[in-house]
Amino acid sequence: MTALTRLLSSTPFRLTLAYMGAFVVAAGLIVGFIAWRANDLLTNKVVETLEAEITGLREQFQTGGAERLAAIVAQRSAQPGSSLYLLVDAGGRKVAGNLNRVPPELESARQGTVFKYGRGSEEGSSAARHAVGVPLPVPGGLTLIVGRDIEDLHRFAGTMGQLGLWSIVLLSVLGIGAGLAISRSVLRRIEAVTDTSRKIMAGDLSKRIPLHGSGDELDRLSENLNAMLGRIEELMAALREVSDNIAHDLKTPLTRLRSRAEAALRNPDGAASYRDGLTKTIEEADELIKTFNSLLLIARLEGGAVAESMTPVDPASIIGDVAELYEPVAEEAGLRLEISAAKGLAIDANRELVSQAVANLVDNAIKYSVDEANGSAGDGVARGSIGISLAHVGERVEIAVADRGPGVAPEDRERALARFVRLEKSRSRPGSGLGLSLVAAVARLHGGSIRLEDNRPGLRAVLSLPAGGALVSTAGAPGMTRVPGGQTRRV
Amino acid sequence: MRVLVVEDDRETAQFLQRSLRESGHAADVAGDGETGLALAREGRYDVLIVDRMLPRRDGLSVVQALRAEGARTPVLILSALGEVDDRVKGLRAGGDDYLTKPYAYTELLARIEALVRRPAPEEQVTRYSVGDLALDRLSHKVTRAGEPILLQPREFRLLEYLMKHAGQVVTRTMLLENVWDYHFDPQTNVIDVHISRLRGKIDKGFAKQLLHTVRGAGYMIRDGAD
Repeated sequence: MTALTRLLSSTPFRLTLAYMGAFVVAAGLIVGFIAWRANDLLTNKVVETLEAEITGLREQFQTGGAERLAAIVAQRSAQPGSSLYLLVDAGGRKVAGNLNRVPPELESARQGTVFKYGRGSEEGSSAARHAVGVPLPVPGGLTLIVGRDIEDLHRFAGTMGQLGLWSIVLLSVLGIGAGLAISRSVLRRIEAVTDTSRKIMAGDLSKRIPLHGSGDELDRLSENLNAMLGRIEELMAALREVSDNIAHDLKTPLTRLRSRAEAALRNPDGAASYRDGLTKTIEEADELIKTFNSLLLIARLEGGAVAESMTPVDPASIIGDVAELYEPVAEEAGLRLEISAAKGLAIDANRELVSQAVANLVDNAIKYSVDEANGSAGDGVARGSIGISLAHVGERVEIAVADRGPGVAPEDRERALARFVRLEKSRSRPGSGLGLSLVAAVARLHGGSIRLEDNRPGLRAVLSLPAGGALVSTAGAPGMTRVPGGQTRRV
Repeated sequence: MRVLVVEDDRETAQFLQRSLRESGHAADVAGDGETGLALAREGRYDVLIVDRMLPRRDGLSVVQALRAEGARTPVLILSALGEVDDRVKGLRAGGDDYLTKPYAYTELLARIEALVRRPAPEEQVTRYSVGDLALDRLSHKVTRAGEPILLQPREFRLLEYLMKHAGQVVTRTMLLENVWDYHFDPQTNVIDVHISRLRGKIDKGFAKQLLHTVRGAGYMIRDGAD
């Protein structure tokens, strides 16, 4: 019962009903109009023929008088056909003709009128035939009636009318049936969407709306809804992963911090050990704050909520400045920074964020190169180099940082960009494990991407950003100092 | 110097007040924006430390109101919001410096000291000197005991900033912000290496060291052994 009411109240069915109603009214009007016009035309035609005949008969009367008229009427009445005649005298008695009496419809008529009459053997029976007749007073008290049988026409019109009615009824029934069928199929597909959404609301995020395969608008709607669900599921998973990782990566240092403070407190040495413990506690807290800041920044970048200060920047000046910042550190580690930058490029970017991303890449490159050199850096012997390059590739500007470190195995590259992942799993190495994921977040915010490649040997990290509009050429060349905002506001 | 701390968290405010007094400064505390604004209007303070989120009147509007009245007292804005646009908003409202919570007290102290002792805009100094080290901002020349020292452009700016704040602690973050215009924290302590390189150029071979490391805080350039 509920299924039926749902079907009857469904939008497609109601639309079908409305359409059928409009169709029936229109069809009825058209059929009625055609019938009316056809009837009119045929009747007029008959009346015209009658009038021509009457003219002829009047001429006969004028030349031969009443006897001649009666003779002609008698003669014509004898011929088979649909013509009807009756000549009566002033007393209403029949003089000649094939009608037996004056039809009541014509008694007081002055012009052509439809009347009923009984013919021959059917005389007297009420099942009469239809005819059109014109009464004509003839001088001398006579009345002549000339008529034409239209029963066949009348029957034909009746049949046509019934046929029209029946077709409309049949069409309505078929239409409503088709409407029901269509409604049912549409309703079933929409019900599938409803069902899926209900299941998802109940907590099963992996459910998807089944596709029909026809590629119609319902399919496209389902596809889009599925894509949206996919994105939501992805975000939920990311969120869960983040909270798991936060729980793990923040709880570990927090525990360490707590136990360190506890140990210092328990230490019988007193003041000196307190001081030492507190110093370490503060260092630990600072690391925690750094991790937290990175996490917040990543979350904010991924939320896309950083609307500020996307300006045209010369990427060469960004990598020049970052390289300049890291050059002494690299040199101390026995590494050479080799910069090859294409000139005259521009990107629409937040200088601060892109600088931070490039700095993270360079930082990583130095860290891993030093490890490769067994950590015995600092003796001034150049043991390797880090290549920082800037190139224009198609519509993109690619900043690549390449090292000769251990590299990243192809199967680990995707994972290396995820939050908190430190591939060698050594939690002793400094850094929060957020460096690369911050780079990835910055790339996404700028409509770009980060990819890791094999540098044979080593790692080549490529930050690919969309090339921006023309640069208002005021930015400095690589290595040149720019007046920082901090300085200008202090003057 | 006299410091006004406008901060609604009682414990933080008391910690700041106590620490500032220990550092030899006088400090008053206002617990909300309206009180802070009223106290600041008296004009008795050398520097204001204003939290962004305050009851009754938020920090930025306090600073805006003061600036609109023509008060030029330097303001350090404290905030838990540390993104680039938050900092820009704070400085646009009339703040002179912006520090994100949580912060180290040494950082805060170094920054307010730098704010108070900065020269007024009209007195543009073209020459700095500390002991026998001299820096000419116009000719970009640096000499120690009369001997010219060749510096890279960035080293020059680093030394310039240190000498401008001679006798004051300058933190690593302050150097990153003012010399490099970076507001992020590089994972490696890149600043230390830049400093040691600069030290190699200006102090190496001289009996008297001018560029000092202040443990747990930053660096300071000064003439004098202690």
